[in-house]
Amino acid sequence: MTDIQVQPGHVPTGHALLEVKNLFVEFHTRDGVARVINGVSYHLNPGETLAVLGESGSGKSVTAQAIMGILDMPPAKIPGGEILYKGENLLTMSEEKRRQVRGKEISMIFQDALSALNPVFPVGWQISETLRTRAGMSKKDALARAVELMDLVKIPAAKARIKDYPHQFSGGMRQRVMIAMALAMDPKVLIADEPTTALDVTVQAQIMDLLGDLRRDLNMGMILITHDLGVVADVADRIAVMYAGRIVEHANVHELYKHPAHPYTEGLLDSIPRLDSKGTELATIKGLPPNLLRPPTGCAFHPRCRYAKDVCRTDVPASLNLGNGRTSACHFAKEMLDGTLR
Amino acid sequence: MAHSVENITPAARPAGEPILRVENLVKHFPITQGILFKKKIGAVKAVDGVSFELHRGETLGIVGESGCGKSTLAKLLMRLETPTGGRALLNGKDIFKMGGGELRRLRRNVQMVMQDPYTSLNPRMTVGDIIGEPYEIHSDVAPKGDRQRRVQELLELVGLNPEHVNRYPHQFSGGQRQRIGIARALALKPEVIVCDEPVSALDVSIQAQVINLLEGLQRELNLSYIFIAHDLSVVRHISDRVGVMYLGKMVEIGSDAEIYERPTHPYTQALLSAVPVPDPDARAHRDVIRLTGDVPSPANPPSGCRFRTRCWKAQERCSVEEPLLIRRAVDPHPSACHFAELRNPVA
Repeated sequence: MTDIQVQPGHVPTGHALLEVKNLFVEFHTRDGVARVINGVSYHLNPGETLAVLGESGSGKSVTAQAIMGILDMPPAKIPGGEILYKGENLLTMSEEKRRQVRGKEISMIFQDALSALNPVFPVGWQISETLRTRAGMSKKDALARAVELMDLVKIPAAKARIKDYPHQFSGGMRQRVMIAMALAMDPKVLIADEPTTALDVTVQAQIMDLLGDLRRDLNMGMILITHDLGVVADVADRIAVMYAGRIVEHANVHELYKHPAHPYTEGLLDSIPRLDSKGTELATIKGLPPNLLRPPTGCAFHPRCRYAKDVCRTDVPASLNLGNGRTSACHFAKEMLDGTLR
Repeated sequence: MAHSVENITPAARPAGEPILRVENLVKHFPITQGILFKKKIGAVKAVDGVSFELHRGETLGIVGESGCGKSTLAKLLMRLETPTGGRALLNGKDIFKMGGGELRRLRRNVQMVMQDPYTSLNPRMTVGDIIGEPYEIHSDVAPKGDRQRRVQELLELVGLNPEHVNRYPHQFSGGQRQRIGIARALALKPEVIVCDEPVSALDVSIQAQVINLLEGLQRELNLSYIFIAHDLSVVRHISDRVGVMYLGKMVEIGSDAEIYERPTHPYTQALLSAVPVPDPDARAHRDVIRLTGDVPSPANPPSGCRFRTRCWKAQERCSVEEPLLIRRAVDPHPSACHFAELRNPVA
């Protein structure tokens, strides 16, 4: 075990554009304090796609909201951690300065485009709103730019549809409008929170293609938040797997799918129905995700883990550096990789 | 144009009479104008001539994108909607002509599991009341003193703790709530269960648990499932046969191997190729068909073949002549395309 150094859970390479360092978020509720983010660290380089994968309640969206500064505080509180954008800590910045970053440097698209768009204003007006208020453009210029943006996200007949309302668009087209809005200020980082979950597969493929093209053409860094292991395999460069407010595994996409280094990742990959699993029972992860008001002792995953040993019930596993930018928060990460864990 | 049922005989057909036979089922929702004097100005053709058979102990998967009419089909089979035309024969009897005692028996025989486990359970009722409520209506199934025991048996059957009978839905997680929904559907010992997107709202790790439960119950109780979902890999895992719907029509139907390995309809091929594969190494050699545009409105579907506006094979003939769902020479399962052909290699 001597060759493994214990490190805080990430290994930045070169100059990261965005860096989340040991972030903690808790929610103060009537029933007590829910610690939803427990020391999350990740980084994003320019022009790459980082996928944050996790189930509901794992804290993947809360991390993104903390980066954007759109967490409701209270009930949320950030008791510790740093979010560095180009070396500057967003959490200690003045609200005025932070507004300059939000939308202009880091921008976000949401899962449900219908509820994220305002139903009583035409889409052209909504896309151009940022340009008018932030970039100081005139109404006419802003609308002209909105048409360009709608062309950029491949909305057909953009000019004719600029006065249409959100309900007049289909689900896929609405998501394109959201993307156009997010791109209005040429952000360097785009956070996409489950951008295709509400869409059909054929439309999902169109939107993921579009996001990939835009990321490449505009050289943006993209954080893709999702629970879909299929979508991730298609587009991500690196993956951070979250469970109960921690990053349990972080790896290059190819390595993660080939040799998961955390039992949770392995369980997720096994529970996808595959062509050759037909007729057999699907492997499952037994039990339920933990209640964060009363998290389990030791490793949060131990009650569901098929390999759990005594040490897992008592000690919180540190994030082990497995080399090559790979980390895993499992006491037996090395044995998992060797295939010697029973 | 009616599809003759004789044509829809899938290759992998189990022996015996089908438990459910749907013939040319049609449901049009009228579009009206005016407040006092409603004038019909059109119709949304949600389901437009669908035929299939369901055999005992079999799972028929129905896939399609939103708006293709799969949920309307489920409601029709539950007799929650009155069809505009067509028949559905359960054990040889048309469910839409039933009334009185016969209809009550039908309600018992066909049950449904809904998509959203959060809104399909009454938050003010305990789990015991929710699962036991069917016995209030169909009191002859379980005598009064016996109900509590039955409810606890059902809870155990779906893998919940029978002692939780007095808890409320909000005390359960999503996956557990879906188990409650399944227990409720099983209460009256149905023969057919219509599952409308039963696992779409669940997390991956929980989804697998519920799929395993449904499969186990099917083996144990010899149930027949109509399994409606948009997730093609889930449908493949659970289904014996699969029907693909597009804009109110069944465009292709066959055994799971026929649909997934040898699809001949371009829509099925596009749908399958668009499914993300959980393998990053497949990125390079995946051959994805990119469909352009959106599904047209079912109020005003294209003439001829409904898929032609998005189809790369579309020709003159497709806009004038509607392709029938019949066996095609290229592979012996029904496909509604004039130019049905195998595509190699299909993902």
